[in-house]
Amino acid sequence: MDTKAAQYWKANIRLVTILLVIWFVVSYGFGIILAEPLNAIRIGGVGLGFWFAQQGSIYVFIVLIFFYAARMNALDREFDVHED
Amino acid sequence: MDLSTLTYIVVGATFLLYIGIAIWARAGSTGEFYVAGKGVHPVANGMATAADWMSAASFISMAGLIAFNGYGASVFLMGWTGGYVLLALLLAPYLRKFGKFTVPEFIGERFYSQTARAVAVICLILASVTYVIGQMKGIGVAFSRFLETSYETGLVAGMGIVFVYAVLGGMKGITYTQIAQYVVLICAYTIPAIFISLNLTGNPLPQLGLIGSMADGSGLTMMGKLDQVVTELGFNKYSEQVLGSKLNMFVYTLSLMIGTAGLPHVIIRFFTVPKVKDARSSAGWALVFIAILYTTAPAVGSMARLNLMQTIQTGPVGEATANLEYANAPQWFKNWEKTGLLQYEDKNGDGRIQYYNDKNPEMAAKAESYGWKGSEMVKVDRDIMVLANPEIANLPNWVIAIVVAGGLAAALSTAAGLLLAIASAVSHDIIKGMINPNISEKNELLASRISMAGAIALAGYLGFNPPDFAAGTVAIAFGLAASSIFPALMMGIFNKKVNRTGAIWGMISGIGVTMLYVFQHKGIFFVPGTAFLGDMSPNWFLGISPNAFGAVGALVNFVVAIAVSKMTHEPPEHIQHLVEDIRVPKGAGAATDH
Repeated sequence: MDTKAAQYWKANIRLVTILLVIWFVVSYGFGIILAEPLNAIRIGGVGLGFWFAQQGSIYVFIVLIFFYAARMNALDREFDVHED
Repeated sequence: MDLSTLTYIVVGATFLLYIGIAIWARAGSTGEFYVAGKGVHPVANGMATAADWMSAASFISMAGLIAFNGYGASVFLMGWTGGYVLLALLLAPYLRKFGKFTVPEFIGERFYSQTARAVAVICLILASVTYVIGQMKGIGVAFSRFLETSYETGLVAGMGIVFVYAVLGGMKGITYTQIAQYVVLICAYTIPAIFISLNLTGNPLPQLGLIGSMADGSGLTMMGKLDQVVTELGFNKYSEQVLGSKLNMFVYTLSLMIGTAGLPHVIIRFFTVPKVKDARSSAGWALVFIAILYTTAPAVGSMARLNLMQTIQTGPVGEATANLEYANAPQWFKNWEKTGLLQYEDKNGDGRIQYYNDKNPEMAAKAESYGWKGSEMVKVDRDIMVLANPEIANLPNWVIAIVVAGGLAAALSTAAGLLLAIASAVSHDIIKGMINPNISEKNELLASRISMAGAIALAGYLGFNPPDFAAGTVAIAFGLAASSIFPALMMGIFNKKVNRTGAIWGMISGIGVTMLYVFQHKGIFFVPGTAFLGDMSPNWFLGISPNAFGAVGALVNFVVAIAVSKMTHEPPEHIQHLVEDIRVPKGAGAATDH
């Protein structure tokens, strides 16, 4: 693997790692592990932990995928590995 | 017009629409028979993926599980959406670059082994057939209500429809049919939710109604009111009850997420989008369309529960006249009794219905003093909640008719997608790939139809005694996919050193551990009476339910595969180059045809 390809792959892994950390924190972190303490914060009629578990995490997931797609498309161009 | 006539008309009209689209789309695209996504915009492909993926479990069963498990059911909400993040970030773009048609084909080439391919086919069939059982349960419930008959009769009618449907239009070229099915099912889900949210909270958006206040002037929030109503009758507090334990919820969610990213009928949709770029965004669009239903479901579940409780318990707990008289039970109650999925027994002979948690000792003592002799709702099948919901809320008949059509659309679109995955595994991977490479196209097609029919018959037969509610059965299927297919694919892309032997033993031990755990609690192949350990939480390893065990299986798979690979020979040079090649988008050919 030449260095450029290695750099591209490294940048990709970095991006994926950061996004998966966020993915983990909003669902497993806020939605399950920290749900009780977070429930002290109310958002309308429900606790914040409950809200993340049943609403918030899903919204964050969508943002993560589109952010990834946009970032990767930019990376593809930067390293000149894009299609056509 | 009476409800059943109206339902027949609406369901009939939607079926005509699907068949019409299937015929129209097919005539225009015989050349693109297998390449469904080619030339289809990522948004449209996302919508079709959403329909393919949202099944009877999502549509019919999930809100019922939410209604009775409250916060604990969050595992389904997060688990069945978070998997798309894994799919988009870890699998979809690379599998698209690889450019083959089936999942076992990728595994066979990456691990340079026909044995690996065969093991992948077996895992795929096990997961998919279990998934179809879940669909059959959902279809059986929908048809039993629709035809006002028993669950068993409904199931047989449903099997017939699925058979005709899968053989007629169940091929890959029906992306447009699935778009129509998405529109039907999402309207069917959101329209009643909007009505009910408006009734209860005055807010038309169910997502806001969930966190809003009651419109009855009590000044309580919707969630506060629900918590109060259920705890007064001895049930767990809705907003805080957990599913088993926190650890079980954690593992359950992980299992569903990994399983989502390992289910073949979802993955193959990303094999055929025009570009690697589209594979990335397509997963995002699919999740947008899925999220419309998934963020509505918590409102549907909680509000259905509140309406159900308040229909039966009309006033303060303990007051003799506060319980609904059976003679005055609404029509929906009587209709669902006919299906056997709702059962009432007048234990204390007062002609009224008492519905409370008689397993709660404190509540049981209190009930004793009221002259109650146990909860009289001896059966409330959770899978009926979404279908019964509009009736419970007194919505007009046309809304109820649309909901039935929506439930059938959800079940049929997924069943068709799964049956196609099974059929292609049998005809393409086993027969053409291993037994007879020179098979004619006509015979390959015949083989796939026969395997579809076999899968329907088997899943239908097992559907008479489903191991769990539709969503629970589906959860087991996710566990099987999570423990076998996802780790093999991910390591195939992200770890160049994992070799043939490692992958094969990884898959076998992962799915083996999961199946052993599920079967010992749920019966061998779910046949009742063959479980050698009881299906009760004291028998569960660390309190992890069988439905949630896939994540443990996946972990076993990863560990075994990496350890075995370290002890055996590295993959050959050309395989390592293949992995390097799929990691960059450049040079991806057009979606391959077969």
